[in-house]
Amino acid sequence: MKSLEDLKKMREEALKKVEMREGDKEYRVVVGMATCGIAAGARPVLNRLVEETAEKNYNCAVTQTGCIGMCVYEPIVEVYGKDGEHTTYVKVTPDMATEILEKHIGQGEIIEEYTVEAARSGQGE
Amino acid sequence: MMEDLAMHILEILMNSIHACAKNIKFIVQDSTINDKISMSVEDDGKGMSSEQVQKISSPFMTGRSTRKVGLGVAFLKGLTEQCNGDFLVESEVGKGTRVLASVQKSFIDTPPMGNLGEIIMECIQANEEIDYIFHYMTDTNEFVFNTKEIKKELDGVSILEPSILLWIKDYVNQQVNMIKEDEG
Repeated sequence: MKSLEDLKKMREEALKKVEMREGDKEYRVVVGMATCGIAAGARPVLNRLVEETAEKNYNCAVTQTGCIGMCVYEPIVEVYGKDGEHTTYVKVTPDMATEILEKHIGQGEIIEEYTVEAARSGQGE
Repeated sequence: MMEDLAMHILEILMNSIHACAKNIKFIVQDSTINDKISMSVEDDGKGMSSEQVQKISSPFMTGRSTRKVGLGVAFLKGLTEQCNGDFLVESEVGKGTRVLASVQKSFIDTPPMGNLGEIIMECIQANEEIDYIFHYMTDTNEFVFNTKEIKKELDGVSILEPSILLWIKDYVNQQVNMIKEDEG
């Protein structure tokens, strides 16, 4: 049974994790959560990102944005690095989200095949 | 795609978030006696003019600039009409907005409640500056969740820590289910 008492313990644990990460989070992982994103399945993707980040303590903040005008490519996950560079992953599933965290956040490797550029060239745009 | 009530409400909550609200109150009254599920979302965001309120359920009304249609309110209003319910929007520029939607609980087309803990987690996650009060009521019992209390307990640790967010989701769902079971 969960109670507000749990929060004290969780607070301590969270503080330890923050110390382990040393300083600011390196990446920002942003999920499109407007109607278009949600309708396309952004919620399970967001949930997976939060769960995996909690479990593996990835060096990233998971946040949300609204509609960025590419509804056809939702669910969209954007990864921003510290220097402002960013990668846009499209039609993301929960399993792809796990992979993005593992490779991009964990190892700094962009997964080209999941990017919007790859999706566009595949469609001959 | 909008298979439960929670998903409809998430759309309305997201509207409040985008209307620059600082405080959002979300109330669910799940009454067997009145055979009615009422949901309301009240915010202190930028509000709307009476002209905007009149057009609120049109799919071609949206506050965003990235596309020209907005379906959240239109869908919810449609649902209340389909499920013997009521729909009401009250708003004042500079003060905030209140959206009230109800459905007949036993009606055949009324969708299930869905995952309330999940939508609350998703809302908190959208912007940690916003505070939420979630009030869930049945005929005999109630549960109140207030992010201000949580933030006080966390004392400087961000409510956006993933482990805290997941705890909130599970905690809310557990409390809601407990109350529902009490109801029998």
